Amino acid sequence: MVQVTLRVNGKEAELDLPGRALLIHALRDHLRLTGSHIGCDTSQCGACTVHVDGKAIKSCAMLAAEADGCEVTTIEGLGSDAALHPMQEAFRQHHGLQCGYCTPGMIMLALDMVARHGQLDEPTVREELDGNLCRCTGYQNIVSAILAGADAMAHV
Amino acid sequence: MYAFDYLRPDRIEDASALLAEHPEASLLAGGQTMLPVLRARLAAPSHVISLGGIAALKGVTLADERLVIGAAQTHAQVASDPQVLALLPSVAALAGGIGDVQVRHRGTIGGSVANNDPAACYPAALLALGARIITTQRVIEADAFFTGMFATALKAGEIITAVSFPRCDRAHYEKFRNPASRFALVGVCVASLPEGSRIAVTGAGFGVFRWHAGEACLDAGGTGNDLADVPLDADCFTGDLHGSADYRMHMTRIIAARAFAALGR
Repeated sequence: MVQVTLRVNGKEAELDLPGRALLIHALRDHLRLTGSHIGCDTSQCGACTVHVDGKAIKSCAMLAAEADGCEVTTIEGLGSDAALHPMQEAFRQHHGLQCGYCTPGMIMLALDMVARHGQLDEPTVREELDGNLCRCTGYQNIVSAILAGADAMAHV
Repeated sequence: MYAFDYLRPDRIEDASALLAEHPEASLLAGGQTMLPVLRARLAAPSHVISLGGIAALKGVTLADERLVIGAAQTHAQVASDPQVLALLPSVAALAGGIGDVQVRHRGTIGGSVANNDPAACYPAALLALGARIITTQRVIEADAFFTGMFATALKAGEIITAVSFPRCDRAHYEKFRNPASRFALVGVCVASLPEGSRIAVTGAGFGVFRWHAGEACLDAGGTGNDLADVPLDADCFTGDLHGSADYRMHMTRIIAARAFAALGR
């Protein structure tokens, strides 16, 4: 077993995990943060995307032990019950989801794009959606939502 | 995933000692190949030795006119590093095109080079630019390092600590992506070095290789269009459901011409 200490959405968490535990399992099964999803078993779909020390990563392709001492942000760390985060609100406004399974990963990736680029343009968004799959929307509304969300964040 | 013991040394010497102590152990760099492999139960190491806690594997330095990139530098770090952008822009661009955003935040140059996936991008740049692979035991020229499919000259217990490149502003890596996997169906790196041109091809066969006849063509004053008539060694190419060997040979000429056209642009 490995002792893993994380800060998840601002809260300290101490976990005793098998060495092979993935970060996604630590979040979902041990911390009961089930917003991050497991969509594939091949690191292709991006539904498990969370931030580790401010960077978007696929939590199915990272051992929980590797995140020891790190700051982790999941979809549950955004917004509040009273008000959605501007990026979440943009997905709602632009109908950037249908079944919603890929949405937490899409939003965490979108926030990473904003963090690195600030203002976004459509080619950048389409290129950087490379690692996140959606089987409902055809991506058009996701692209619109991310552009609008980035815009809203710049004007907060 | 099969069970294993997770170890996280702070020093490279400790990592070497652990590797010697546990012959069935695997090293873990960024894990962007390793974790999918473990999850699919394609490997069953007794121990996983993480290199993530070793500070000495990080950073980029300039030494004797060569850029030395620490093995643990992620693709995202290499792509945005001011020294790499200034002195080796082709490598920065290559790193920025590996995998996807999330993979680039975790995957490392050392991990990619040690894995030597036949469709990986980095091996093409190392081979075309005449890079040197620095390990815990020695320095290996790229020409002697990549020995075949997922195979390298690394010996048991040997760990890559850095990769050193000559500075070069006349090199370009062009990738023709498989539209489904986004991996290189064919990737070509062309470099114009003081000692001559070098062309390395990835994705097309069992592992990265140089196109010596193509290099000779460029050194004789040929351009990208002239590469269309230069012979390729058919033994270097493989076919699969994504494309026949003939198709890959044809695309190699086209992608090499595009890479050449982009030199110094």
